[in-house]
Amino acid sequence: MTHDAMIDEWYPVGLFSKLDAGGRKTALMGEPIDVARDAEGNARVTGGNGRPLPVCVRYGHVWSSLGAPQKALFAIPEADQAGRRFVDVGVVRVRCSPLRAVENFLDIAHFPFVHTDILGAEPHTEVQNYKVEIREDEVWATQVKFYQPQAAKSASGGITTEYMYRVPAPTCAVLYKTCPPRPSEWDVITLFVQPLAEDLCDVWPWMALFDDTTSLTDLIHFQQTIFLQDRSILENQIPRLLPLDPGMEIPTRADLTSVAYRRWLKRHDYTYGAQLVAQ
Amino acid sequence: MKLYDYILSPSCYKVRLMAALTDVKLDIRPVDFHPGAEHRGAALMDLNPAGSIPILEDGDLILTESSAMLVYLAARAAPEWLGSGATEETARVQQWLSFSNRLTTSLGAARLHEMLLRPGDITELRSQGIAALREVEAGLVEQGLRGMRFLASDRPTVADIACFPYVALAPDGGVSLDPYPAIRLWSRALRSLENFIEMPGIHRLHELKPDPHIEPGGA
Repeated sequence: MTHDAMIDEWYPVGLFSKLDAGGRKTALMGEPIDVARDAEGNARVTGGNGRPLPVCVRYGHVWSSLGAPQKALFAIPEADQAGRRFVDVGVVRVRCSPLRAVENFLDIAHFPFVHTDILGAEPHTEVQNYKVEIREDEVWATQVKFYQPQAAKSASGGITTEYMYRVPAPTCAVLYKTCPPRPSEWDVITLFVQPLAEDLCDVWPWMALFDDTTSLTDLIHFQQTIFLQDRSILENQIPRLLPLDPGMEIPTRADLTSVAYRRWLKRHDYTYGAQLVAQ
Repeated sequence: MKLYDYILSPSCYKVRLMAALTDVKLDIRPVDFHPGAEHRGAALMDLNPAGSIPILEDGDLILTESSAMLVYLAARAAPEWLGSGATEETARVQQWLSFSNRLTTSLGAARLHEMLLRPGDITELRSQGIAALREVEAGLVEQGLRGMRFLASDRPTVADIACFPYVALAPDGGVSLDPYPAIRLWSRALRSLENFIEMPGIHRLHELKPDPHIEPGGA
């Protein structure tokens, strides 16, 4: 295997609240790993040959890396904001490239067709112009607006929702969206993706919301509904790896975020789960 | 009538679908099945010692088997869904209601393994699932020869609702439906029913597209 810059990145490997001494056998980029809670209650991650791997616990999840991370896990300041509810949505396995899982999360054009009557509905299919930029070496899409029949569990009817997307790490995306009960704040919904193999991943959605009325189970079910609507689409995308060279697909204006994400991946040599040469 | 429900459970979906088709209002009580494992907690184990969902509560009646729930909803609100009462048809309805459990333990278990990381021998589960799908396909073809579009009758019955969800969601467990044309037609017929509702992984039918325009006198 060629050295890939992604080896030194942090990845989610389990829910901290669900860890026990018995451990959880899983994998990271093809290597079997074990994630457990030690006698002192700390998370411990062990690689395939028994070597200890780097560990940090943040945003409800245990994070690890096969290499030597050069910097701390990306910051989500909202995770420390009082009054938010933090929701561990739980793992869902998807037979797709980890990069495709992130790219799908960044796309809005599919809402009316895949998340019909929840995140979108015909005839409101137009993706208005939005801005994409690289900010402190992260991909950001801002001023994204979309009409949504039921934007969040706390939304009582159709609203035009505003979104911001942020890609702070190759397999992680953070979404900021209009918060119906508190218009001055953003709800935070993340997609943390654990790459098991180049075409297989465990997806760990997590949320930090202002919503004092909806039950935790309802919040989890809402997010699982959305993600499971995506899953069958993701498992049928061709080619299975995310193409980083132009030639196979023709992006449209609505795909600006995806184009920026792919260019950013390529520039950083983040190619685990990517297809480099158009076939 | 209260349904202890998980949005991603095909067995719970059977009950939601049957209630929608027969116009029965359900009081939905969401259960944190994943990741919370609430169905294994003391409160729900008291209600259902099997530790499974769905659970349907209506007054003193507590049902823990989804096929019984389908029959209850139909008997209460729309008896035509139980079949005509003819001898063979009654037997076929019962045959498929019982058979539906094989879909749950094969295709359903394969889906939980592939999606929510539940333990299981995936190769064996898929083999059993494919064997069960072939029986459904053969059953539908034979019904077609008798001039009937559904599993037990020429109209949909509780038998179809009992079998449809796990069949339709087979691809979630890595089992393709491509080899089964009769199943696809049957799925289309069920999804066309008035008041049909979907669940994640079972998409609604696209609007019928207009006929292609053909120029007269061509070719």
